[in-house]
Amino acid sequence: MHMADPRLIFQHKHLLGIEGLQPYEIQDLLDRADGYVALNRQADKKLQVLKGLTHINLFFESSTRTQTSFELAGKRLGADVVNMAVASSAMKKGETLIDTAMTLNAMHPDVLVVRHQDSGAVALLARHVRCAVINAGDGAHEHPTQALLDALTIRRRKGRIEGLTVAICGDILHSRVARSNILLLLAMGARVRVVAPITLLPAGIEGFGVDVFRDMQRGLEDVDIVMMLRLQTERMQGSFVPSVAEYFHFYGLTYDKLRAARPDALIMHPGPMNRGVEIDGVVADDIDRSAILDQVEMGVAVRMAVLDLLTLHLRVPAA
Amino acid sequence: MSRPVVLVNARLLDPASGLDGRGGVLVVGGRIAEVGPGVTVALAPGGAEVIDAKGLCLAPGLVDMRVQFGEPGAEHKERIDSGAAAAAAGGVTSMAVLPNTDPPIDEPAMVEFLARRARQVKLGKVYPYAAITKRLEGRELAEIGLLKAAGAVAFTDGERALADARVMRRALSYASGFDALIVQHPEEPALAEHGVMNEGALASRLGLAGIAPAAETIMVERDLRLLDLTGGRLHFGHVSTAGALAAIRAAKARGLRVTCDTAPHYLALNELEVEGYRTFAKVSPPLRAEEDRRAVVEALRDGTIDVIASDHCPQDQDSKRLPFAQAAYGVIGVQTMLAVCLRLMHEGELGLLALLRTMTEAPARILGLDAGRLAKGAPADLVLFDPEAPWKVTEASLKSLSKNTAFEGRLVEGRIARTVVDGRTIFLQDS
Repeated sequence: MHMADPRLIFQHKHLLGIEGLQPYEIQDLLDRADGYVALNRQADKKLQVLKGLTHINLFFESSTRTQTSFELAGKRLGADVVNMAVASSAMKKGETLIDTAMTLNAMHPDVLVVRHQDSGAVALLARHVRCAVINAGDGAHEHPTQALLDALTIRRRKGRIEGLTVAICGDILHSRVARSNILLLLAMGARVRVVAPITLLPAGIEGFGVDVFRDMQRGLEDVDIVMMLRLQTERMQGSFVPSVAEYFHFYGLTYDKLRAARPDALIMHPGPMNRGVEIDGVVADDIDRSAILDQVEMGVAVRMAVLDLLTLHLRVPAA
Repeated sequence: MSRPVVLVNARLLDPASGLDGRGGVLVVGGRIAEVGPGVTVALAPGGAEVIDAKGLCLAPGLVDMRVQFGEPGAEHKERIDSGAAAAAAGGVTSMAVLPNTDPPIDEPAMVEFLARRARQVKLGKVYPYAAITKRLEGRELAEIGLLKAAGAVAFTDGERALADARVMRRALSYASGFDALIVQHPEEPALAEHGVMNEGALASRLGLAGIAPAAETIMVERDLRLLDLTGGRLHFGHVSTAGALAAIRAAKARGLRVTCDTAPHYLALNELEVEGYRTFAKVSPPLRAEEDRRAVVEALRDGTIDVIASDHCPQDQDSKRLPFAQAAYGVIGVQTMLAVCLRLMHEGELGLLALLRTMTEAPARILGLDAGRLAKGAPADLVLFDPEAPWKVTEASLKSLSKNTAFEGRLVEGRIARTVVDGRTIFLQDS
C-alpha cells in the first residue's frame, strides 16, 4: 500500500488523546495498524523497526490486558520493553509524578506508555520528559488507543465508519473509553448515541454532539454497533444505580434488547467484562455478533502502529 | 509616635462619606487630623513629612476580610510578615486571617498568640478569626465568648462548611448573644464530594468530577432559614453562583442581617481557566460558568455583594504541580486585588467609590474595625494609587512566599504608589 511520508501526516510528539487528532491522522494510523494485523497472524511476528529503542510501561493503575498489549506491541517491533510496577513502588514512598517523570527521563527511554488514575496526569508527565508519551488511560479523560482499536475493529468488520450509528451504553460518566470513542467516531463521521441511566451521564453530554437515550430499547433501535461499557460494582455504593439486578434489567445487553438493533449489529466491549452486570454471557460469546476478541487482537496492532509513528523521527533520517 | 505627615495634591476618595475631590490629608499622631480641599503644605506643622500625591488617588487603606497566611503550621507557604508585605504592596492595611491553620485557632491562647505575632510584624494590621467549632470539626462549639474577648474578630470554620444544621443553628443562636459574626463557607459537602471544578460540559470533557452550583445555593438557602429562626448575624464567604446570590438578595430584602463577599477571581475569571488542567485555577468554590460570573458582577453592582476579599490562599509548588484532582485549592491575591478589580471600573461596571467601598468601609463595618474611612479622627491607614497605570503580574512582582496567582502573565491596570499605616509608610513603589 502506498503511503505519504508519515512525518508529514502525523505531527504529534505524543499521543495524549483523540482530541486534537485530525481525521486523516486517524485514517493513517488505522491503515498502518491494518498492516500489523497481518503480521501478527504469522508465525514469525518479529520486526526490528524499533531495535535499540527503549519502551517503558508505567502503569499507576494496574491493568494486565492493556499493559500486556503494549508490551507485545513493543516487543514485536523489536524494542526493549520494561514494565515498571509503579502502583506498588515509588509513588507509595511519596515520590511525586513529576519526580517519577524526571527519574525516568534520566534513563533515556524512547517511549513511555502511561496509565494514571487522574485526568490530565499523563499530559502533566509528558511536559517533563523528552521522549514520546502514549496515554494508556488517564482518569475519566481519555484512552486513545482503545478508541483507535475500536475504530479498527469496526472498519474491518463493517468496511467503513462514516455513516454508521454507534450506541455507547453504560457508565459514560466515569468512562475514558466513552470519551475517546465519542471524539473519534464523531470525527470519522459516525452518528453516536449514548445510552445510560441519567446518574451515569456526565453533565452537558449533549454538547459533545451525541444523542442521549435513557431507554435502552429505543437507544439500540437500528444501530450498527453496540458498544458496552464496564460498570464498576463500587458504583452501587455511590448511589449511581440501586443494584446489579436493576441495572442488568434495564441496561444489561440481552438478545431481547438487541432485537431493536440492526440484524447485523456488532457487539463490542473494552473488557474486562462483568457477565450478568452489563452484558449477558451468552450474547458476549456469540461469535456471529460479538467482536470482543477482535478488539483484543486489534489492540496489539493499533499499539504497534502508534509506537511506529511516534518513534519514526528516531529511525528515519530527516528528508 | 510617628512624626506628622501632610499629604497634598491628591484625589481624595472616601466611600463612607461619598467624598471624591481634590485635597489632602493631615496626619498627626497616626490619625487623620484634617482631610479635605483645605489641606495644603501651608497646614504642615514643623518637622512634618510632606508628600506630594501628584494627583493620584488617595483612599482609605484596603481591608481584606479573607486571607490565609500559613501561620502557624505552613510557614513555608506564607508567614504573617511575608503575607503582610504582599498586602502592603497591594494597598491592604487591615486583614483578617482565617483560623484553619495547624493547629487551628480554636482557643483563646491561639488568638492571643496570633495577635502577638501580628503586632511584631510592623506592617498592616492583622486580625484573627477564630473557629466556630473545636478543631474545625463541625461538631462542638468553640469558646465563642472567650475567643471574642481574646480578640477574635469573627467566627468561621475557614474553608470548611459548617455542614451540620443543628450545630449551625446553635452557633448562630449562641453567637448572637455575643453579637459575634458567623462566617460560612457556603458549600454542601455531600454534594461537592470528590468534585474539583465547576460541574458542566467542560468538566465532562476534561474528565474531572464537577461541583454543581446547587451545592452553594443549597447551603446558603439552608443557612438563611436558620438565620430566620435564630436571629444574629451571618456572612457568606466567596459567593460564586447566581442561585446563592438570588437567595441572599431576597433575604436582605426581608431584613435579615446577612452579608457576603466574593473574591477577585470570581469577578474576573470563569471555568475556562481550568482548560489544560491548570492547577493555578483550582479554587474552592470552583471558578464557575460565565453566566455565574456575570451574576457575581451584577450582585456587586446592586449591593447584594457587600465586600470583595482576596481569598488569599498561598500554596507552594509541591501542592500545585500535581494532577488536577490531587492539587491543593487556592490562589494568592492580596497584592493584586485592587488592580484586578479596577478592571470593573475601567469597563464601566462600577464607579470607583462603589468599588472601593467593597474593600474599605464595608468590610470594616461588618467586622467592626476602626478602619476604612478617610475621616477626621480615623487611623491614618491610607493607600495612594494610580488607577490607570498598567503592569504585568509576574512571579517576580509578587511578594508572597508562594506564587500561585491565577493572573500570572496578565496585564492589569492600577498600581499602588504608597501604603500608609497609622501615618507610617509601609510600602513605597520604586518609580
